[in-house]
Amino acid sequence: MMQGKVSYKVSDEVDFVIVGSGAAGGVLAKELSTNGFRVVVLEQRPYLTENDFTHNEVKIFAERELTNHPKIQPNTFRKTAQDKTRTQQAVMYGRCVGGSSVHFTANFWRFHEIDFKEHSKVGDIPGATLSDWPISYTDLEPYYTKVEWEIGVSGLANASPFDPPRSKPYPMPPLPVKGSGVIFERAARKLGYHPFPAPMAILSQPRAGRDACMNCGFCLGFGCEVGAKSTALSTMIPMAEKTGRCEIRPNCYVHKIEMDANGHAKGVVYFDTKKNAHLQRAKAVIVSANGAETPRLLLLSSSSRFPNGLANSGGYVGKNLMPNSGAIAYGVFDEPLNDYKGFCVSRIFHDFYELDASKVGFHGGGGLDARFDLTPLGFATGAMPPDVPHWGAEFKKTLAHNFTRTMEIFCHGTSLPVETNSFSLDSEVKDAWGLPALRMTFRDHPDDLKLVTWMRDRALEILDAAGAKTKWASPISEQQFAVHLLGTCRMGNDPKTSVIDTNHRTHDVPNLFLCDGSSLVTSGRGQPTMTIQALSYRAADRITDLAKRGEIPS
Amino acid sequence: MSFNNTDRRNFLLRFGGVTGAALIQAHWPGILAAAQHGHEAAKSPQTQKFHVLTPEQAKEVDAISARIIPTDDQPGAREAGVVYFIDVALQTFASEKKPLYDKGIIEFNELTGKSFPGVASFSAATPEQQDKILTDVSAKQKSEERRFGRLPDAELDFFKTIIFHTVFGYLVDPSGGGNRDFVGWKTIGRDPAPSFSPPFGFYDKDYPGWQANAHETDKA
Repeated sequence: MMQGKVSYKVSDEVDFVIVGSGAAGGVLAKELSTNGFRVVVLEQRPYLTENDFTHNEVKIFAERELTNHPKIQPNTFRKTAQDKTRTQQAVMYGRCVGGSSVHFTANFWRFHEIDFKEHSKVGDIPGATLSDWPISYTDLEPYYTKVEWEIGVSGLANASPFDPPRSKPYPMPPLPVKGSGVIFERAARKLGYHPFPAPMAILSQPRAGRDACMNCGFCLGFGCEVGAKSTALSTMIPMAEKTGRCEIRPNCYVHKIEMDANGHAKGVVYFDTKKNAHLQRAKAVIVSANGAETPRLLLLSSSSRFPNGLANSGGYVGKNLMPNSGAIAYGVFDEPLNDYKGFCVSRIFHDFYELDASKVGFHGGGGLDARFDLTPLGFATGAMPPDVPHWGAEFKKTLAHNFTRTMEIFCHGTSLPVETNSFSLDSEVKDAWGLPALRMTFRDHPDDLKLVTWMRDRALEILDAAGAKTKWASPISEQQFAVHLLGTCRMGNDPKTSVIDTNHRTHDVPNLFLCDGSSLVTSGRGQPTMTIQALSYRAADRITDLAKRGEIPS
Repeated sequence: MSFNNTDRRNFLLRFGGVTGAALIQAHWPGILAAAQHGHEAAKSPQTQKFHVLTPEQAKEVDAISARIIPTDDQPGAREAGVVYFIDVALQTFASEKKPLYDKGIIEFNELTGKSFPGVASFSAATPEQQDKILTDVSAKQKSEERRFGRLPDAELDFFKTIIFHTVFGYLVDPSGGGNRDFVGWKTIGRDPAPSFSPPFGFYDKDYPGWQANAHETDKA
């Protein structure tokens, strides 16, 4: 029975205020409100619904309807702390109810056992702060399964020999294979690899009142008009609201965690659309604002008691940014694939998940996927062969020939944690509210660049084996732009080298919890959302237990 | 902007009773007709004014974009209404680029006069002359490539900017104000239908279905 939508006053001391309504915040909102708690979720930007989503690339790419806007939220970038910063867009994330899950590709890989205990296996790596997780794959497995069944993930269990153990099959079969998937599957098998149907957070069958994917072709970057993409918006948010205990409050820019004299959080301060500030009171605060905005909020909340920012006594807030490494190879084939139809990815393989450093000469691992993730506009501006002019008759002719005949192989890889790779507050540049801009300091670990170069070469070999008429790859270069915002408030048992404990509670503030990409200790092999959501379900269980036992002081 | 297909689809979606995908598919011919009617209306020069470009500037922008995506046996930038798209862009999401256009158009006209004495503007040159000018300009540019983890340099010069805007106006979903009558999509083989069913193309049409990798029995 649908309850009426609840609305709280800012003066109401709710049980939990959650900052962010994305992959993590959505799960926490649903779970905690289902468990009987009164919850307010604050989201920076609007509450759009399926009816609002369009294919209008002006709105999406030029006006940033769904994502952060560099004009009002400038970023700065530098490679090292010794370099001068430059104002440039350094991150992209979802800025609407549902967060980045609204526009993501929906690749939905579990992390493998190795991701949780890599340090124990490979030892210290020079230049990296590689560490084991304080939890294991086994701890998280029930939550991975819960994610798959609650949000709806399409896939085929045990189709890859490299898959980690699972307690249940996927709730629905894989999405249909695309031309890129068929080409990839055949060529990869010819080379001795083990391709398999991609697990995707997109419905292959109708489920829970939602439509199956209708293959419209506007997927990455866009909101799904029929709710087939299993986003926080299409799954968790309505379930949270149905409890009658959870309010989703959009257009609230949280910029401070307010503390009391005892060193406990008493709520969060946000700007409304008119830039008026409000304090939403809560017994406990959960920050799920993503791996960039979560550390930024902690740093913005500094005070005389916490001069280096909240929860930062160990100095690890914002450190160890891991954006994942990557490379893209392109192949053009004789006949039309028409890969613009449908979702992005239908086949992947994990043969490179755990590469042997003694053989390849670097540490790391990855996965490859066969895809087409571009609209016609994105294709013309980003996926034309490098030797073709950017204008004129030859450009047009090649564009007309290649658009239906091109596929991509996307190589996804590890980012090693490096302490100096970080998010911090810029000392000069301000956002449209007068607050310090997000500053990214980043230089890829040398092994990450070696890894993607190696994987790119394997992808080109696959395109060769597939009989591609022409092939090329985008140049490998140091990254200056991140969408996977991972590791910046990492989980650990030692307060000196981590920010949160295994309950997602900050080591320093007993009623302040963090849960999103920032919690990750390692980067996995490129697809973090599944793990972020599994962690969120687990965090909700832990936080519920603590609250019920009266172990969250407020 | 006209009552476009997306507005209409969203309007239809707000009716209850039928799921979104089925509704879109059922109503697509009507939606398409409405969208095309809008585009036809917009195409008539008598009914369309420029917002920020002067008629003289519009003539030059039209001429340059018509060489970036020329008309041959398939429609080009001109048929897609790119100059109108650029005019709206310079009033809205790309308003900060207007000074670049003001300056760039003057420079292109000067360049035309230098290369071909007596020719007063880029638009007055022959297509061959225009291509020669653009070839000279692009020879001085370094190329931008898509790279993982890098955004293209935001500081584009005039020619790169108008290339980007021309491609944008030629290929954007028509709800974004360009690609009139889907001419850009039709040229590149992009079916304007709102949804598709497999098989999608040549390589998946005879796919026999998923066959387990050889290792799987071993693993079990």
